[in-house]
Amino acid sequence: MKLTRSSIAALLAATTLLANAVPLKTDAAHSSVTATFKQMNVPVDASFKRFNAQIDYDAGHPEKATARVDIDTASFDMGEAEYNKEVAKKDWFNSPQFPKASFVSTAIRPGGAGKLNVSGKLTIKGRTQDVSFPLSVKPEGGKQVFEGQLPIKRLAFNIGEGEWKDTSMVADEVVIKFRVAASQ
Amino acid sequence: MQRYTTTAIVLHWLIAILIIGAFTLGLVMTDIPGISPAKLRYFSWHKWTGVTVLLLACLRLLWRLKNRPPALPDAMPAWQRGAAHGLHHLLYVFIFAVPLSGYCYTLAAGIPVVYFGLFQLPVFIAKNPALAETLKPIHYWLNMSMAALVALHVLAALKHHFLDRDGTLRRMLPGRSY
Repeated sequence: MKLTRSSIAALLAATTLLANAVPLKTDAAHSSVTATFKQMNVPVDASFKRFNAQIDYDAGHPEKATARVDIDTASFDMGEAEYNKEVAKKDWFNSPQFPKASFVSTAIRPGGAGKLNVSGKLTIKGRTQDVSFPLSVKPEGGKQVFEGQLPIKRLAFNIGEGEWKDTSMVADEVVIKFRVAASQ
Repeated sequence: MQRYTTTAIVLHWLIAILIIGAFTLGLVMTDIPGISPAKLRYFSWHKWTGVTVLLLACLRLLWRLKNRPPALPDAMPAWQRGAAHGLHHLLYVFIFAVPLSGYCYTLAAGIPVVYFGLFQLPVFIAKNPALAETLKPIHYWLNMSMAALVALHVLAALKHHFLDRDGTLRRMLPGRSY
């Protein structure tokens, strides 16, 4: 078959269309979003039990990928019901007023084998910040597994108001770690 | 009457003060509803104190194994000697069991101990909420049992001092020997 300019254009258009039309199905059981913070220098891991990750990704066109993660702030689990109830309150996540934290990608660039550089907007407690972080992607059991971590400053999002602003009690830096397993 | 060695006396009273402190902190901190910086601070202090008790308990046991305590008064009836030895042995068990149960509890809860906020102590139990739920009442009841034993221990010492006037308590008090 002789490739004409228009057939190439049509082919490109088709692959682009295809690339944009592959939202992956997230496997919630094998996905997680956790936050690690230091309380009086003690590392504490806690996880968000409910979140929704939407990733459009085609290994052939990583630059066309988009990602959106919505997290249910009231689902933060520190391992004790009493504490979980506390962090949903006004001083921390203020979940009644800000039930969702979200990340929306603005640009995803390939960064070498199995790596992507992701930029986007992170919104927590009504405050939005531009963030960027490296993301690894690897196939695992028929799924694509996206993994990465993103250090943030909790005070930039007003997480921990009043007496909790004291960073000697709870450090400003919080590392958000996530793993999303998704299949076509 | 012969007294305990200075090392034994120092360790005894140091551990006594730290145990009373950790016990009181434990009651106060668990009584604070919700979370507050003070509560979290008390939890840390409680854990550091408990770990210190455990370390001192190791030193104390080693010292005790190498140094015989002074003899009990000759006039003491056999049942009282038996009771005293039994109680002392139990107290030795508890100065290990109480802090160890607390240490395991916090590990199972997923919160390692960072001693004085400076360095993290060994984590030999992975986070396990079900195990934490089991260890919580165990730590509590070991504490309450120890409190009851300490009360007996104190009452017996006061009885010797004020009723028998046999110098038993003085063996463990700082000061001149008699």
